[in-house]
Amino acid sequence: MIALQQSAPAPDPLSVPSNAPEHCPGTESELAGKADACAGCANQEICASGQARGPDPALPLVRQRMSSVRRKILVLSGKGGVGKSTFTAQLGWAFAADEQLQTGIMDVDICGPSIPTILGIASEQVHASSSGWSPVYVQDNLGVMSVGFMLPSSKDAVMWRGPKKNGLISQFLKDVDWGELDYLVIDTPPGTSDEHLSIVQYLKESGIDGAIVITTPQEVALQDVRREIDFCRKVGIRVLGLVENMSGFVCPNCKNESQIFKPSTGGGRRLAQDMGVDFLGAVPLDPRIGKSADYGISFLDEYPDSPASAAYLDIIDREFSIFRCLLFEKSHVHRDQAKARKLSRSHIL
Amino acid sequence: MATADDTPVGRRLRSVKHIIIVCSGKGGVGKSSVSTQLALSLRASSPHARVGVLDVDLTGPSIPRMLGLDGHAVHQSSDGWVPVYADGGEARLGCMSVGFLLKRREDSVVWRGPKKNAMIRQFLADVRWGELDYLVIDTPPGTSDEHLSLVEHMAPVHARVSAVIVTTPQAVALLDAMKCLSFTRATAIPVLGLIENMSGYLCPCCGEISNVFSTGGGEEMARREGLRFLGSLPVDTELVSLLDAAQAENPESVEQLGDGGSARSFQLLERYQKTSTAPLFKAIVDKLLQALPPQVTSIENTGIEAA
Repeated sequence: MIALQQSAPAPDPLSVPSNAPEHCPGTESELAGKADACAGCANQEICASGQARGPDPALPLVRQRMSSVRRKILVLSGKGGVGKSTFTAQLGWAFAADEQLQTGIMDVDICGPSIPTILGIASEQVHASSSGWSPVYVQDNLGVMSVGFMLPSSKDAVMWRGPKKNGLISQFLKDVDWGELDYLVIDTPPGTSDEHLSIVQYLKESGIDGAIVITTPQEVALQDVRREIDFCRKVGIRVLGLVENMSGFVCPNCKNESQIFKPSTGGGRRLAQDMGVDFLGAVPLDPRIGKSADYGISFLDEYPDSPASAAYLDIIDREFSIFRCLLFEKSHVHRDQAKARKLSRSHIL
Repeated sequence: MATADDTPVGRRLRSVKHIIIVCSGKGGVGKSSVSTQLALSLRASSPHARVGVLDVDLTGPSIPRMLGLDGHAVHQSSDGWVPVYADGGEARLGCMSVGFLLKRREDSVVWRGPKKNAMIRQFLADVRWGELDYLVIDTPPGTSDEHLSLVEHMAPVHARVSAVIVTTPQAVALLDAMKCLSFTRATAIPVLGLIENMSGYLCPCCGEISNVFSTGGGEEMARREGLRFLGSLPVDTELVSLLDAAQAENPESVEQLGDGGSARSFQLLERYQKTSTAPLFKAIVDKLLQALPPQVTSIENTGIEAA
């Protein structure tokens, strides 16, 4: 039985003023409570005493909650708009197609949550019960949590600085009643910042099984993706593989394929080679994918015969086989992660 | 606003006439490409126009590559950081980005909010822009630390700040663009207008126009929200390749360019003007210039319309 704190009510993301203290050095910082900016802060004494620097009190609760989740997978990309959320949704649907499996999708893109729309559950709300917040269910074995369910209207912008975003992420991990899950797929915002660091720190003890990195073929995107892979290495997350999205476009009229985003530097395949990660496959650009996402329907179910569906299924099959292999190497991976973490601690700012 | 000019940011930006923030809630809709085109077009708009581009996308800087300035470094002078000039000796198009501060291109910047905030303040206060007609600020996706920091630090020059919103036509992107609009309203930044990017794709083979990411959504949103619709831009593969490949092939050549300038990279403007997007974008810039508030000399004359 999970040791529960009293059930936290779903927060109202708009209730907090956007002007959080600006120069706070962060509670984990050496300067916490001692920096100039701390003068006058209500929490200065707590910070200065060093109590706040200890491990986050949420960690044991997160660990407990996550003990019933078998696999935790991150979907990452340094670049925005490359199809992280679309891929996450397809992956979720593909896992959930197996009735034996319980899958969860967690959307930690706090400022631009797209998952509710893509899964067609944008008008749903989160309910709090005695065992925590209930995820919103797309079907009985696919639960979803996103800040999108907590906003009064889709127009509202969540104008939060890092610490508030971290708070919500920790709540997603400890207060959501995920139940027994086989897979938890975590969709992330673009970049390498607060959300990414938080999710890694909170899941350090429970272990992240790996990250799937999404890119598009052009160099401007690859640049950001290189940085993301660099990030994974710094924090010791295994990169399960790279997916190239929007790779080639088949004209519906003449059926010829052209490259909208030209792989001027070799595209995802070459990047995967250079960085020494697996290339999982390339998904062609199909306007119907975007349309399905807008309408919140599963592209795989709707257009099972399209080349893009074949590409998706191929990639998902590969992932399944990677997860099967993971079972055997798990202890090995953990050792590697610990080593990488030790090496890289000094690099993370 | 008696103390308006007293902050280092206020003092530094006193010599900047217009500050244009390019934003969009969603990633990958073309903010950086619009910022780059905006800077190029504004520079070309008059023979003496001086333009600066500030890239505050700290964890995914794309501007250096698009302007063909990959691999350059920032120099320090007694009067602050010297921007990297894309047009060499003419020095009418300066650029500053965290990309110039990284040792290796693939290094990731893994920073939490307070560090990003400090970097942005430095960018605004310490870069020696000189006299500028336009400062174009490219932002990361979302409405978070970077955006709040920008608005906070630019409070002394708020009257000269306006925003352009970029979106793609599909519903998922419009949703995030709405959030971005709510942000500009909450912070009382006037919106010059909305640009719909990636609106249709012309098949190079048969000339058929496909709506890759649907179409018309941006115009519809502009009408609904009472925004000026600046125009829609189709996917232009020529432009994608131009900005993507912008002269990075020859790392050795970077050495000899020196002094933060590069005469070669300014072929970029000539080549840009030959793309099919350039005339479309020029129309957008013309509309945008009309929308800009008249040059304010006194701080009291605020340009807040959208509040």
